[in-house]
Amino acid sequence: MDLGIDRIINMLVQGVLLGGLYVLYGTGLSLIFGVMRLVNLAHGDFIVLSAYISLILAGFGVNPLISIVIVVPVMFVLGLPLQRFVLNRTLGKGIMPPLLITFGLSVIIQNALQLGFSADTQGLDAGALETASITITPSLSIGLMPLLTFVIAIAVLIGLQVFFRRTRLGRAFRATSDDPEAAEMMGINSRHVYALAMGLSLAIVAIAGILLGVRTNFAPALGPARLLLAFETVIIGGLGSIWGTLAGGIILGLAQTIGAQINPAYFQLSGHLVTLLVLVFRPTGLFAVTRDK
Amino acid sequence: MAKRFFVLVMAALMLTMGFSAVTAQDNVIRIGYVTPQTGPLAAFGAADQFIIDGVLEAIGDGLDINGTTYGVEILVRDTQSDPNRAAQVAADLILVDGVDLILVASTPETTNPVSDQCEAFQQPCISTMSPWQPWYFRSAEATQPDFPGYEYTYHFFWGLEDIIDVFITMWDSQETNRVVGGLWPNDGDGLAWSDPVVGFPPALEAAGYTVVDPGRYENLKDDFSAEIATFRENNVEIITGVMLPPDLGTFLTQASQQGFNPTIVTMGKAALFPSVVETISDGLGNNVTTEIWWSPSHPWVSSLTGQTSQELADAYTEATGNQPTQPIGYVHALFEVAVDVLQRTSDPSDPAALLTAIADTNLETLVGTVDWGVEGLPPSVTKTELVGGQWQVGATYPYELQIVANPNEDNGIPVTGELSLMSWGS
Repeated sequence: MDLGIDRIINMLVQGVLLGGLYVLYGTGLSLIFGVMRLVNLAHGDFIVLSAYISLILAGFGVNPLISIVIVVPVMFVLGLPLQRFVLNRTLGKGIMPPLLITFGLSVIIQNALQLGFSADTQGLDAGALETASITITPSLSIGLMPLLTFVIAIAVLIGLQVFFRRTRLGRAFRATSDDPEAAEMMGINSRHVYALAMGLSLAIVAIAGILLGVRTNFAPALGPARLLLAFETVIIGGLGSIWGTLAGGIILGLAQTIGAQINPAYFQLSGHLVTLLVLVFRPTGLFAVTRDK
Repeated sequence: MAKRFFVLVMAALMLTMGFSAVTAQDNVIRIGYVTPQTGPLAAFGAADQFIIDGVLEAIGDGLDINGTTYGVEILVRDTQSDPNRAAQVAADLILVDGVDLILVASTPETTNPVSDQCEAFQQPCISTMSPWQPWYFRSAEATQPDFPGYEYTYHFFWGLEDIIDVFITMWDSQETNRVVGGLWPNDGDGLAWSDPVVGFPPALEAAGYTVVDPGRYENLKDDFSAEIATFRENNVEIITGVMLPPDLGTFLTQASQQGFNPTIVTMGKAALFPSVVETISDGLGNNVTTEIWWSPSHPWVSSLTGQTSQELADAYTEATGNQPTQPIGYVHALFEVAVDVLQRTSDPSDPAALLTAIADTNLETLVGTVDWGVEGLPPSVTKTELVGGQWQVGATYPYELQIVANPNEDNGIPVTGELSLMSWGS
């Protein structure tokens, strides 16, 4: 195979841009785990659910990208009672109860979507923006949508960074993450913080779901595959680290596009291999900050 | 040993279940029809209900077979486009519902698991809408020279040699650099089409084309930039393959984003349906070429209802409001064959009698002659005609499929349009 410099640059650019989508998949998962050590097995299904909500809005003529301003609050509000009345009850009882509950949620969401929308593959149509691109050199063009996805991913991470470092609520999140009991003594209601964290996670999931729907397509049963990508992003980057998630997503995207250059069949495989390598040599991920107590 | 015992017990249980179901019926013929009505292949099954309503209406009070009038019940089972579920619903039809005949249609992912079940449970089965090679060579034994052929499963459709012929006829009509890029996925169709011995690559090379094959990819993936880079580097001007509908949209969108603009895109399977071509963003589906197995301008007449292709297509549009699609002709023909077979059999509940009737079939259907006695093909395989078509901006619908190439003019299928090059939004 001919590996000219053009081709290598093209491969790297496409890989990094693909990573932007994975960053959005991983951030919500990482956030939840960082704050309350909860692994949300329904994470991928919430991504798909968001895409379907946007699809419903598209039925009313709302452009998917504009629907972000509706779907994000909807998912945020969905997260509050989910955490308050369901998941909070499972916390502090070991690792299994939240896993089982979210696994059950995953099955319920998939089947509800199948019932409501059939198993048909759906896509979101963002109009001419979808095929628009910027030509850099004759062999390198960057699609506007993938670029926009990457920019949104960075913006979300910067937003989270500012939120955690600069706001009172963000400090409450960090305090609860480090030591819930001590935080409670300082007057923080950790159950309330958990609910807000889940809402925030699902708000990010909403963005990921819509961008997924615009980039490719989705069907009710595709959630677990997205969960796997989110997991791999978080595992490579390190649990609880905002910028680790960025690195994780980019590394995963690069691994897949580089693998596909060797043989398209290695697209998925190479991503899994990199994840395994990180697990073997650095089980906490490359940039882990969440310490286990 | 324990495993063998378990299998025996299971087989025994299944047999008794089967018998109880079979003996429960009286003068009613049950036809099981397995089809993908939801999932990525849903467009193939979209016309099912319309066709079945028409068939039941044509049958009326029942079929007169050997002096007895039999009622006909058609049990439709949706595979959700999942091969495992296809096998499961086929087994249920055979063992629980006790059907007399199984019909199955639409892509190897549907026809193959169902045909396998029918061989295993000794159930007569007729299948269509999957090229015959991926159907016939579905088991390892079938590739052996001493393979006697399948006993219970019969198939009618065209073969890879036909589609290669049609695609080359289309490409030969244009000035290109004759470099072809292949997008063949890692599934039943993709493996057969890209086969280094019987597939596209050797046949295209023999016809003077250069083939650029990046390798098998996984269906429904998010990114085709590796394939696009390979095609661009090799100056590919013609794209071909057998993609799933959503993947064709993803590929064309990314090709446009990344500035790769081949002059001809000829896609099997994915580009069959107007709904797919319309949803491809930015009008990129315009001038995509594909194979045509049936169209309203096909010259044959239904043996069941006497309708011409145009009449059936018009009835479909009137009933559903939708643009006619290719499966209409073949699903109708599948039921034509089934009814013809049942009418010629001596005893519809006897699988052996049914198989004899199927093997003796020589019927002029809406899609041409179905005759399993034709020489030069494996037993239980027969072929129908294939021509080449292109999606062009239409008068009645956003895009209409025009017949632009017919390698075998003796078949009487008219050419209705001229091939144009891809427009890429310009």
